[in-house]
Amino acid sequence: MKRLSQLTIKEAREGLRRKKFSSLELTRACLERIKKFDKKIKAFLTVCERESLEQARRSDKILNQPLAATNRQALLGVPVAVKDNFCTEGVKTTAASAVLENYFPVYDATVVQRLKEAGAIIIGKTNMDAWAHGSSTETSQFFTTRNPWDLSRLPGGSSGGSAAAIIADEVIGAVGSETAGSIRQPAAWCGMVGFKPTYGRVSRYGLIAMASSLDSPGPMTKTIEDAAFVLQALAGQDKMDATTSPKEVPDYLMALEKKLPGLKIGIPKEYFLEGMNKEVVAVVQGAIKVLEKLGMRIKEVSLLDPQYSVAVYTILQRSEVSSNLARYDGLRYGNDRASFGEEAKRRIMLGTYALSSGYYEQYYLKAQKVRTLICQDFDRVFSQVNLLVAPTSPSVALKVGASLDDPMFGEIQDILVEASTLAGLPGVNLPCGFSKEGLPIGMQIIGPQFSEELLFQAGHAYEQATDWHKRRPKLT
Amino acid sequence: MEKKVVEHVALLASLKLSQKEIKKFQKQLTDILAYIGQLEELKTQVVEPTSQVTGLKNVFREDESKPSLSQDEVLSGTKKVHNGMFKTKAIFE
Repeated sequence: MKRLSQLTIKEAREGLRRKKFSSLELTRACLERIKKFDKKIKAFLTVCERESLEQARRSDKILNQPLAATNRQALLGVPVAVKDNFCTEGVKTTAASAVLENYFPVYDATVVQRLKEAGAIIIGKTNMDAWAHGSSTETSQFFTTRNPWDLSRLPGGSSGGSAAAIIADEVIGAVGSETAGSIRQPAAWCGMVGFKPTYGRVSRYGLIAMASSLDSPGPMTKTIEDAAFVLQALAGQDKMDATTSPKEVPDYLMALEKKLPGLKIGIPKEYFLEGMNKEVVAVVQGAIKVLEKLGMRIKEVSLLDPQYSVAVYTILQRSEVSSNLARYDGLRYGNDRASFGEEAKRRIMLGTYALSSGYYEQYYLKAQKVRTLICQDFDRVFSQVNLLVAPTSPSVALKVGASLDDPMFGEIQDILVEASTLAGLPGVNLPCGFSKEGLPIGMQIIGPQFSEELLFQAGHAYEQATDWHKRRPKLT
Repeated sequence: MEKKVVEHVALLASLKLSQKEIKKFQKQLTDILAYIGQLEELKTQVVEPTSQVTGLKNVFREDESKPSLSQDEVLSGTKKVHNGMFKTKAIFE
């Protein structure tokens, strides 16, 4: 039988409603697991033990009421972890940066508020690359999170803490944020589901801003169905974020019940890079065969060389970073600018340069124009196919230390996700196999804007046909 | 990228860099800009720039006053307070 902390959101919901266990027992099981293993894994920056136990007791009161079965709070009594760049009222929020080492927000991010409204218990805040700048968690100014599959390796990033916490079964569900790869890449390296929604589907209010035209909060979970539960709670217009879409939020869980429509899947040949890890290529090709067996039609397609998206992303992201981090003056909250780590300083420098007089047209404007070409490229390909499938990361989890002294480490790791994020597209990582060394490999499914239902359907079909998502590292 | 450009950009960004950092960034930023130079291979003379991808335009809301954070809450993040206000350096001599 599964330990309580191993449960999925779906299983936890059912168990709580059928009174097989209480929210207090479930929360305690997660806290015990964190106590036992997080010294090694280091997924959490803050564990909210007292608050989460109080919240669990309150949840149990609601669950013990006569009409609890009709309660509509999707995550009632379920412990979740939140990346440390989401503001949590009264709970330290650092974005893994020394600038915010003692920052206690006086308000909740919309994502946090919606998790609470859905009844979720926020068990703690997870480690990340400082300000979400990176793909390793090595730029965290506190410590590096370890990959639970091999503690000498990185979990990926920037949402590496949320990914490690999930796959180590320290928590039932988690939330991350992605600007380009920060949900999908750690999900690939840790072997779990990471769902980056369409830009504007989930509010950025209270998310410590990185690149405002790209930042997208999203679920990091044990299954596709769990991601649907979390996204359902998070998605929708927010008057505090003018870029959120007024489009109605579909019923994602209902979508999973629907019959899979005849789908045409595009395989972008440029996304199988020269010199890429051969095991990744073979495993993803095997996964594509599974999709074919499920009745999906496979078609090779061509997209712009992903190298260009790395260049565009680098300029736009650094520019937006230099503007967003300009607010940290050490006067109103946080430490002064001397506390920025090296990666943040480097990004501020490049962005300030790219936006400065005399260089704006050559870099920023040029990058914005190529962003248009990238959007058009996806429009063209989505007139031929419904979805795209490709590897998520060109490699498996790399060794601790791999990102040091490589100023483009994050961009090269994220080469296969940057174009889709520039176009604001949704994408999901699904675990689809392992390397000979036993490290997880992920594939991503990318769809047109607001095609989340289709991503859930295709992902769910794949998950039903395979059991990669059930694999867990052996922790001792 | 010349050293004096690195120093000027650091000034614009209000970052105090050590000589070691200036030297390191000078090389790294030059390398990154060389990588970005490949965008010149793409023709963009007749392409409009994209600054955001939501398709939304002119998102307005009513200009209504609502309860907001209290003065104490707003000041809770800093120790540098004077008479209930943020204390900052003088701008004028």
